[in-house]
Amino acid sequence: MLEFIGKLFRGEEDASKRVAKERLRLVLVQDRMSLSPQALNAMKEELIAVISKYLEIDEAGPEVSLERDGESVALVATIPVKRVTGLARAGR
Amino acid sequence: MAGRVIVITSGKGGVGKTTTTANLGAGLAALGRRVCLVDADIGLRNLDVVMGLENRIVYDLVEVVEGHARLRNALIKDKRLEGLFLLPAAQTREKDAVSPEQMRTLCAQLAEEFDYVLVDSPAGIEHGFRNAIAGAHEAIIVTTPEVAAVRDADRIIGLLEANDLPNPRLVINRLRPQMVRRGDMMDIDDVIEILAIDLLGVVPDDEAIIVATNRGEPIVISGRTKSAQAYRNIVRRIEGEDVPFMQLEEDGWVDRLRNLVGIGRKKTRGA
Repeated sequence: MLEFIGKLFRGEEDASKRVAKERLRLVLVQDRMSLSPQALNAMKEELIAVISKYLEIDEAGPEVSLERDGESVALVATIPVKRVTGLARAGR
Repeated sequence: MAGRVIVITSGKGGVGKTTTTANLGAGLAALGRRVCLVDADIGLRNLDVVMGLENRIVYDLVEVVEGHARLRNALIKDKRLEGLFLLPAAQTREKDAVSPEQMRTLCAQLAEEFDYVLVDSPAGIEHGFRNAIAGAHEAIIVTTPEVAAVRDADRIIGLLEANDLPNPRLVINRLRPQMVRRGDMMDIDDVIEILAIDLLGVVPDDEAIIVATNRGEPIVISGRTKSAQAYRNIVRRIEGEDVPFMQLEEDGWVDRLRNLVGIGRKKTRGA
C-alpha cells in the first residue's frame, strides 16, 4: 500500500523512460555522426584539393576527424601550410 | 495505373514486421484492394505461416526470379479475402540468390497487376534489406518503444534516405499504455521526437495477436480488439484517409484522482 501511494505521488524523475530517452539521444548523436572511413577519406581528399588552390600544404600532414564532446560534434582538420600560393597572392 | 510498392522494414528483428505486413495486406484487401504480399526474407520465410498459407506453397520467389516458375503459378491466393495473394520466400536458399535488379523487375511486374505490393523485409541492413527496398516506392518502418529498436529504426531511416526512399512512415508496435502511464515506457511523442518522422499508427501490445498468429489468421480481418482496430486505422491512413488517433486507454479511477489533485499525467495518445 505504501508502495502504491509512493507510485501515485512519484514524479517522473525516476521513471525509466527518461533514462531510455536520454541514452537513446546520446547514442544517436554518435550513430548519426558516424562517417565511414571511406567517406571521411574522400572528404579529406576534397578538402585538400580545395585548400591547395590557395595554399601550398604538406600533402602528408593533413588530419581530418570528427570529435565528440557529449552531444556536440566538431569536424577537426589540421592542415600544415607551407606557403601561400600564387593564386591567392595575386588575388585581392 | 501501376500499384504502390511499399516495403515494411525495421532494422532490428522481432519487432513485428511480418505481423504488420500480414495485417496491413489483409486490411487493404478487406477494403477491396488487390494486394500482393512479398516475403523478401529469403532463407527464413515466415509470412506464409503468419498468413496461414504455409501448406499451399508450390513455387517461391527465387524460382520465379530464376525463371524456373511463372509468377502467376507462384502466387498463393488467400481464401478468406478476395484479391489477396502471397509470393513466398525460398526457404532453402541464401539471401544472395536474388539481386536488387531482379527484385526491381519483380516488383514492377507485380505493380502492374496489383494496387498494393507489400514487401516484408528481413532484419538487418545487409543484402536481404537491400533486396527488399530495391523495388519499393515507399517505406513503412516498424519499431517498438525500446532503446534498441528505436536506435535501429534511426539507422534504417538514414539508409532509406540514401537509397532514394525519403519520408518513411512509422508504426509503433507493442505499445503498453499502462507502462507508458507509469513512465516506464517511452510514449508516442518521445519516439516521434527522436526519430522525427511521420507517424502512421500505433499498435498496442495485445495477446490476441499471438493467438491470431497461432491460428494463422491476421487479426485485422475480424478481431475486435484495439490492436485490430489500430491496424484498420493504419490501413485507412495508407489509403489517404485522415483517421484520428484513438485513445488507447480509458481513464481509470487513479487517473481521475490524479487529475483531481492536479498531478495528472498526459493521456496516452493512441493508434
